[in-house]
Amino acid sequence: MILAAIETTQAIVIAVSFAVITVVGLYAGRWKKADLRDLDEWALGGRQFGGVLTWFLQGGSVYTTYSFVAVPALVFGAGAIGFFALPYLIITYLVAFLVVPRLWQHAHDRGYVTPADFVRDRFQSRALAAAVTVTGIVATMPYIALQVYGIEICMAEIGLPVQASLWTAFALLAVITYLAGLRSATLIAVVKDVLIWVTVIVSVIYIPIHLGGYAHAFSQIPPSKLVLPGHLQADYVTLAIGSGLALFLYPHTLTGALASRDRYVVQRNSIFLPVYTVMLGLLAILGYLAIPAGVHPDPHYGNNIAVPALLDKVFPPWFAGVGLASIAIGALVPAAMMAIAAANLFARNVWRELRPQTTPHEQTRVSKLASLVVKFGAVGFVLAAPTTYVVNFQLAAGVWILQTLPAVFLGVVWRRLPARAVLAGWAVGTAYGTYLLVRAGFDSSSTSFGIGSHHAELFIGIPALAANLLVAGAATLLLGSRGKEPEPVQSLATS
Amino acid sequence: MGRVDAPPRRQRRRWAPWLFLLPVAAVIYPPLYNRVNPSLAGIPFFVWYQLCAVVFGGLVTGVVYVLRGTERALAE
Repeated sequence: MILAAIETTQAIVIAVSFAVITVVGLYAGRWKKADLRDLDEWALGGRQFGGVLTWFLQGGSVYTTYSFVAVPALVFGAGAIGFFALPYLIITYLVAFLVVPRLWQHAHDRGYVTPADFVRDRFQSRALAAAVTVTGIVATMPYIALQVYGIEICMAEIGLPVQASLWTAFALLAVITYLAGLRSATLIAVVKDVLIWVTVIVSVIYIPIHLGGYAHAFSQIPPSKLVLPGHLQADYVTLAIGSGLALFLYPHTLTGALASRDRYVVQRNSIFLPVYTVMLGLLAILGYLAIPAGVHPDPHYGNNIAVPALLDKVFPPWFAGVGLASIAIGALVPAAMMAIAAANLFARNVWRELRPQTTPHEQTRVSKLASLVVKFGAVGFVLAAPTTYVVNFQLAAGVWILQTLPAVFLGVVWRRLPARAVLAGWAVGTAYGTYLLVRAGFDSSSTSFGIGSHHAELFIGIPALAANLLVAGAATLLLGSRGKEPEPVQSLATS
Repeated sequence: MGRVDAPPRRQRRRWAPWLFLLPVAAVIYPPLYNRVNPSLAGIPFFVWYQLCAVVFGGLVTGVVYVLRGTERALAE
């Protein structure tokens, strides 16, 4: 499809939407007033959000351009495999329920802001904390780039000049987050949710009617796309498990959880966040519906154009504008959270390590500046690099972040794990995962494994994590587990 | 707020999290649901089955939350 001239109505709708979130975002700086020179206030909203706000915030960190654009695009292009996102999120919330509240408690008692803070303190190892920090930053950057890319697709669909509109969107976002921190992401997440829910609900009712009913629409989709081919079943399951274990290892998802008032808020949200997963499933169905609606892959954006083009094709311009704005804003919220989380890693786990005499206010200043660098770096990367890079790096990021599982999750449940064993496991898992990614040509997160005559595609993160755990386990046996240390007094009653 | 909890009572339905195996079992083996029929209002079984599994997962999480009791939800 050749992107047409600027669609004026849509341009107005998206401009108004961005004006609204700018006002909301700037107002957020005064909301629940506090000293925003304090990192807890700027980066974690004061650790005070109750169930409803945390629901919006966590929803904003979990459901990103990946859900709104990439998953439906996978369904549109490849078919059933895209639905791995459903089992993936089922597993995610079980992990969140079991592990994250304990992390919350430690973070609350000991003042951690990042996962690396926890690792540094728990294992008393600078090297392991450095590994978690570097992995966190490296894995978050392409994730932000993916959000930028999602916004770029929406702008292009409207026909706006891509470069200028992207820089404008991120300049606004940068100013808002710089001034108001996580509070702005939280309030913008509420606005975004209203828009996205309206879009999705109207779409799943109106579009099938437009296409002559679900049964008729699905009958026009090649049957091979409606079920998994045999060789992709193992891929489906390993993608679901690997992504499910990985999601709460990303620093920005933990940021959302740490902003909550108490650990039970996080647990209750594991009950209610699946409501968003249902929405994601409906969006994935839209990926299917784009086929009978006659959407074609875009020469520049490929299958990723599926949902934006579908909205544009089916709806009157103003409502398509609402939908495109909701996808764009749905990318801004996680982009803000990721930038904050990556910046915190830099301020807390790089800057503070190098300058031990740093003050809390200085850490906040460093973090705020770093969040600007991260955002504009991501925009620059997306505009400069070929688009396939953006998506491929994000796939690789999932493999890499998974290798911090022993340090962060096992560190929570088993305190006697020796740091050197975990570090060895991380090094081997990361190296092996990277080797497999390169072997797969760096354009897929899955690769073929064979035992005897059986061959199956597997998500690379899983064999890499297996190698990681194997090495960490063997090294633990060799080194002996750490002696039982006295636990921090405050968490005695709770952990 | 370092919670001043009663000393952990170790037995408060510690088996409850094992219930999580149910939603995991429902989706972990694709041959179980990798079919188009029976479709529901035109939507393939593969899709609506997994949407139901998502809701089921949320329900099980709620049941575990209640069974463990909010006070001792995290006691090891």
